[in-house]
Amino acid sequence: MTDASEHAIVVGASLAGLRGAESLRRAGFTGRITLVGSEAHAPYDRPPLSKHVLMGHVPADATTLPNLHPLDAEWRLGVAARSLNRRDRILTLADGETLAYDRLLIATGARARPWPDTAQARFAGVHTLRDRDDATALHRDLAARPGHVLVIGGGFIGCEVAAACRALDLPVTLVEPGPTPLARVLGEHLGAVVGALHAGIGVTVRSHTRVEALYNDGTGRVVRARLDNGSSIAASVVVVALGAVRNTEWLDASGLAFDEGGVDCDAAGYVLDTEGRPDRRIAAAGDVARFPHPLYGGRRVALEHWGHAVAQGEHAGRLLAEAEPGEPYAELPAFWSSQGGITIKSVGLTEGADGLVIAQGDPKAGRFLAVYGREGRCIAAVSFDCARWLPAYAERIAAGASFPPPAGASDSGALTILPPSFPAEPR
Amino acid sequence: MLQDRPEPAGSVPTDESPRAAPPLRVSVDLNRCQAYAQCCYAAPGHFVLQGREALYYDPAPSAADRLVVERARIACPVQAIHVESPGTDRR
Ligand SMILES: Cc1cc2nc3c(=O)[nH]c(=O)nc-3n(C[C@H](O)[C@H](O)[C@H](O)COP(=O)(O)OP(=O)(O)OC[C@H]3O[C@@H](n4cnc5c(N)ncnc54)[C@H](O)[C@@H]3O)c2cc1C
Ligand code: SF4
Repeated sequence: MTDASEHAIVVGASLAGLRGAESLRRAGFTGRITLVGSEAHAPYDRPPLSKHVLMGHVPADATTLPNLHPLDAEWRLGVAARSLNRRDRILTLADGETLAYDRLLIATGARARPWPDTAQARFAGVHTLRDRDDATALHRDLAARPGHVLVIGGGFIGCEVAAACRALDLPVTLVEPGPTPLARVLGEHLGAVVGALHAGIGVTVRSHTRVEALYNDGTGRVVRARLDNGSSIAASVVVVALGAVRNTEWLDASGLAFDEGGVDCDAAGYVLDTEGRPDRRIAAAGDVARFPHPLYGGRRVALEHWGHAVAQGEHAGRLLAEAEPGEPYAELPAFWSSQGGITIKSVGLTEGADGLVIAQGDPKAGRFLAVYGREGRCIAAVSFDCARWLPAYAERIAAGASFPPPAGASDSGALTILPPSFPAEPR
Repeated sequence: MLQDRPEPAGSVPTDESPRAAPPLRVSVDLNRCQAYAQCCYAAPGHFVLQGREALYYDPAPSAADRLVVERARIACPVQAIHVESPGTDRR
């Protein structure tokens, strides 16, 4: 057990940090808790930022997260952690303040990967979307009814932004270097369904295409993009949606193992040093944590899922409060996305799948559930407006049940195994 | 589906006096949510199902609506709705 004289510091005051701090308290931690967050805002929810906030239904500053357990914490908001000295157990903040810790939770999440050309990235009208201020700025530009919006990157954020533009009746082009939107996560087979969904709501989808450069009108406002096929398209608002980079730079002098893909953890959630040894005073959770997932043969993964930030934050709180003896974190990955009125939900990890079956419904009808398999086991399930079936398949995945699953009650005959078709080079 | 999008009451900023109680804080675990729509019947102004499964909720309802929002939270069969409980220290 920890004692009341201890000081726990949570670095990163967002979803994983808040749920982690609450979990420390729930697990009986009675010492001081300090949350350090580089954003000036109290912890807030991000998923609405790419959906209802852009559509103008929810103000960007309305998504402050509810506290779910009394925290009795001290807060340092608007100031980033700058460096970590593990030998003396000191955290230094950007304003020079030093804080001594007994327990530390690393929950610094990720940021949007910027457009690689820094001068072009600064053009007015060029956006990324990660935080509340980004959403405010993008919503303002969209509300001004730009002539044409260009979304660069067909991942979840890019797809949701494109769909939000259509809900606002704005012309939008989605440019994606892969074969279809979401091909990296869902494979080309379901990616094609997503592409058709977007085409159906009026998004111009340009697959197998890269944006090479952005141009401004001479006053610094973006007007046009050049594509790798030599053509160019007009765009007065550009949304760069090229994925995320983990916020790990502040760990530079810490001796911990990290890179822009995350900070390495052991199966319990303790961070590892560069020699691979766990530091039992420090855990990591949420987007920033890269950990071996027991359901996937111990492969190290860093997830960018809301439910994972909650579950791993809660796990890390219990771990640091010494309420549980270092049990491995084994939560089944799960996420949702809504775009163009369709809700996509997933459990498990599709990566490495060698087969796919449509286990319920029919993609042509817009409602179906697909199960992904690898080496004869179910590893993931993805539903399109078919979420009620998902828990049953989540159980099969958690149990490592055989793939393909039996045909659904309403279907006749055996299921056809299709290739999921993931693009060859990971991007 | 994209047209006639219902606007939940309370998502529109109102001209409450600055001394009015701060809004409630609501979040929904949309992984858990099974689109049963019980919350939409319990608090129709604050929870709306768009399309078949997309739940749209007001994350900051007025404090005056606490009872009806609590009713929605309790009605949810999978306990996906979180409402800040009174007495938690606010930030
Ligand atoms: C627009 C958007 C839409 C999304 N939609 C969905 C969705 O529909 N479904 C889903 O499952 N997931 C979604 N996600 C993902 C989900 O929001 C994230 O997985 C979740 O926010 C991760 O929480 P976190 O606390 O780990 O990290 P973050 O939320 O990134 O928080 C990290 C915090 O740490 C702060 N920080 C960084 N460096 C420092 C430092 N050195 N010192 C102090 N503080 C620091 C950051 O400013 C930030 O506030 C979405 C994400 C975004 C951005
Ligand atoms: S009652 Fe619960 S499950 Fe049903 S729509 Fe509301 S939040 Fe979702």
